[in-house]
Amino acid sequence: MHILAFLIRRAIQAVIVMFVISLIGFSIQDNLGDPLRELVGQSVSEAERQNLRDELGLNDPFLVQYGRFLGNALQGDLGTSYFFKRPALDVILDKFPATFELVLGATFIFLALSIPGGIYCAINREKFIAKFIMTGSIIGISVPVFLTAIFLVWAFGVELKWLPAFGRGDTVTLPWGWDTGLLTFDGILHLILPSIALSSIMLPLFIRLIRAEMMEAMGTDYVRFAKAKGLSTARVRYVHAFRNTLLPVVTVGGLMIGTLIAYTILTETVFQWPGMGFLFLEAVNRVDTPLIIAYIIVVGLIFVVVNTLVDFIYTLINPMVKLPGAKS
Amino acid sequence: MITWRGFLRRFLADPVAIGAGIVLLVLVLMAVLAPLIAPQNPYDLLQLDIMDSEMPPSWRPGGDDRFLLGTDAQGRGVLSTIMYGTGISLIIGIGAVIVQGILGVTLGLIAGYKGGWIDSFLMRLADIQMSLSTLMIAIIVLALFQAAFDANVYADYAIFMLILIIGIAEWPKFARTVRSSVLGEKNKEYVDAARVIGLPPRKVMWGHILPNTLTPVLVISTIQVAEAIMTEAALSFLGLGMPVDRPSLGSLIRSGFEFVFSGQYWITFYPALVLIALILALNLLGDWLRDVLNPKLRRGED
Repeated sequence: MHILAFLIRRAIQAVIVMFVISLIGFSIQDNLGDPLRELVGQSVSEAERQNLRDELGLNDPFLVQYGRFLGNALQGDLGTSYFFKRPALDVILDKFPATFELVLGATFIFLALSIPGGIYCAINREKFIAKFIMTGSIIGISVPVFLTAIFLVWAFGVELKWLPAFGRGDTVTLPWGWDTGLLTFDGILHLILPSIALSSIMLPLFIRLIRAEMMEAMGTDYVRFAKAKGLSTARVRYVHAFRNTLLPVVTVGGLMIGTLIAYTILTETVFQWPGMGFLFLEAVNRVDTPLIIAYIIVVGLIFVVVNTLVDFIYTLINPMVKLPGAKS
Repeated sequence: MITWRGFLRRFLADPVAIGAGIVLLVLVLMAVLAPLIAPQNPYDLLQLDIMDSEMPPSWRPGGDDRFLLGTDAQGRGVLSTIMYGTGISLIIGIGAVIVQGILGVTLGLIAGYKGGWIDSFLMRLADIQMSLSTLMIAIIVLALFQAAFDANVYADYAIFMLILIIGIAEWPKFARTVRSSVLGEKNKEYVDAARVIGLPPRKVMWGHILPNTLTPVLVISTIQVAEAIMTEAALSFLGLGMPVDRPSLGSLIRSGFEFVFSGQYWITFYPALVLIALILALNLLGDWLRDVLNPKLRRGED
């Protein structure tokens, strides 16, 4: 039952956050650009303009206008993109698979390297490779993600010509309208460099974090006890000690979601990856207000959903944390 | 606490710290003295000649002795723009950290000292703001700012906007650090003594507790400057930060980015090198400071 209480609490929080985001979105729509000019241009007289304003409800009180905005938003109507002349939400959602697959690729690289790397550095602290990784990681933290990206494009895309560096390559459209690049060889080749770039700044941070947590766990009483009990070294390390490094990793991971979304914008810009971030920057340059609002709302929604999931996973893997609302 | 003498001795015993210190010193001097030592003033349009554009570094064929590191598409010497640009990056980085520090220390002090609902409210706010990510907040705010105002207006205020946004978005780090130090200090005897002799809470907070919480503040300040410079560079790279005619290191990288692929690597490469050197030096010094002053603080968890 506690899980239900937890979910309800989180749902309320999520609704509050989304309410704030919608308010921001609405005030942008209200203050940025003139919808009338987009509709009729300059040649219409002042009286006709006023009529049109009344007709469109632009002279209604704030709350009425906001209510209308919210009602439309809940039905998926966030306005029509000035540039694409299509519903803004559709334009954004068309680009969602590209960004999602980029994040997926980065997560894969990141998990495949940071966990073994962190554990290795914690166990073989004095070995040369571990020291090398640790030194490399502080350099890695200091290199901005867009520079890594530019370097990858230049080195592997332009000079060596090993891998494609721009765009998504061949994609296949799945029955429910999802464009995937994961099913073609060309698509996967195109995914490699952007994924490395996107994971590049999180990787050193998490290697350091996992190493630190692992070292701390290896020094605790229960690990010493597990060793004394005669369990195999592997079991002590990877089951007993490692499990306790997961909590801080999940916490920090949750805190990094916003940053990750911001980095997708940077990565997509360098690789001209046709995702949501690339689209957003184009929309900013074109002052395409409905599209800007749609991006903010979609990203806000993703942020809220993922954060709730992370919190949920956290409570699942941590036996010590009771779900809020539970009585001990 | 550690004495100045001991501090200096530990600094001189650590080659990494010395190296990072020297790099930082050279870059800061280069930026501060730019108006005196730069071969060219990149803001002065009279000194620019479009005929000079896209020249390679002087040791390469086609290079010119006037431009040691080559020129960019507008005929500005890359070396000169780097010198001035480093200054702008440093001003934004330091300015933003001052804003962060003032906001964060004040709010952290209040939260820690007063406790109660103020504390829970401020810390909840800090949690939310931390999870939103500074870069994301800055991208959205600056994007709206840019869409709402004319490009010229934007260019005039860009530097203040960057300082303010990065400053405001990152206050929670300082606030949390100060708050946890305050919690450790406020039940000590000297605080009780100050209260007993009738000092108002304001004086106890600012005059007595604050000086004892400054060590961790100093430690995170260095790393925060590095992060602020990195954030600024990312924003400028996206075209949301400093304009091309008053470039920071990030905008220099942006302006040369398209030329990298046609072989004119120097427009991006040298600013990128300086940017990395600057951030790396600050990070290494920050890590070293933390080890010396406050071994308990660790990166990755706050």
